[in-house]
Amino acid sequence: MEKAIIVGISDLAAAKAPAVVATYALGSCVGICLFDNIVHVGGLSHILLPKRNNNDNLMKFADSAIPLLVQKLEQMGAHRLRLRAKIAGGAQMFNVGKTDSALGNIGQRNVESVKTALQAEKIRIFAEDTGKDFGRSIFFNVETGALQIKTAFNKIYDI
Amino acid sequence: MIEYGKFNDIQLDVLKEIGNIGSGNAASSLAQMIGKTIDMNVPKVDMMRYGDLAEALGGVENLIVGIMIDVTDDLRGTMMFLLQKEFTHEVFNALLGAETRDFSALSEMDLSVIQEIGNILSASYLNAIASLTDLRISISVPAICVDMVGAILSVPAIKYGDIGDEVLLIEGAFTGREDKADIKTKLILILEEASLALLMGRLGVA
Repeated sequence: MEKAIIVGISDLAAAKAPAVVATYALGSCVGICLFDNIVHVGGLSHILLPKRNNNDNLMKFADSAIPLLVQKLEQMGAHRLRLRAKIAGGAQMFNVGKTDSALGNIGQRNVESVKTALQAEKIRIFAEDTGKDFGRSIFFNVETGALQIKTAFNKIYDI
Repeated sequence: MIEYGKFNDIQLDVLKEIGNIGSGNAASSLAQMIGKTIDMNVPKVDMMRYGDLAEALGGVENLIVGIMIDVTDDLRGTMMFLLQKEFTHEVFNALLGAETRDFSALSEMDLSVIQEIGNILSASYLNAIASLTDLRISISVPAICVDMVGAILSVPAIKYGDIGDEVLLIEGAFTGREDKADIKTKLILILEEASLALLMGRLGVA
């Protein structure tokens, strides 16, 4: 495997094949992978929060990061109608039970917001591994569209 | 008026002292409970990125035990204990007897021990601050997560994401006997802006 391009929190990256774009330790954050299967370009966005407030980092929020990634991919020759999405993350790390506040389902809110933003861009989700209670590191192969997921206990699988 | 992230030296010293008193109390309660010496580092108070904190805990993918407690009433915020595996083993060994444990499948008994540690540490930390400042502080039942550091820290990062990418951490560090010297067990307190102001007001440095 090629050396991966690492995406941090509230960050995104796009690349031409052959390339692997990766992000580590997604908890309640969501990783959104987009790729164009014809021109073989793809990218990864690691969002922290569902909705943009007045913060100026567009890459931090689902509803502003996704349009930004789409734009980047289009500049690299991708066509919006060909873009496919795979998403991972949005876990509920702590089981906070009944004392739960809005925080308990923040992962789920992130996932919902990602889906809404993808729908707004008319991008279909081809695969997802979201929710549950564990962290994920993800490695996205821009050439094949394969998304590899690795958990804290070294379970490795592709979606 | 206190602006988040812009504290003067006197205010930072007071917060450090808070961290000192709190973690000192927490460390001695824990030492008493497990009957072992616990070394404590001088607490730090810093505006810090979660990524930097993760690095100090062995990197984002390092497996740790996270305990999270909601702080409510006069002070509002979050307290977290981030225990490295070796440290957790020492605690288990002291309380439950030595046996090999698989962190991917901890027993109910193991988890309740971790929860109890969270209770004791947070109660002794915050009681010390409550009696110093005459503030009412309540704590939630500790929630536990065994996973990658980065994934665990995404939770406070999201909770305080609207404040900014950096957050003021009042941070203490413990070391047990068998720990790797470079990775410390951390105890952090994140307080909301209004609570920091209240705390400083009580201590005469607002």
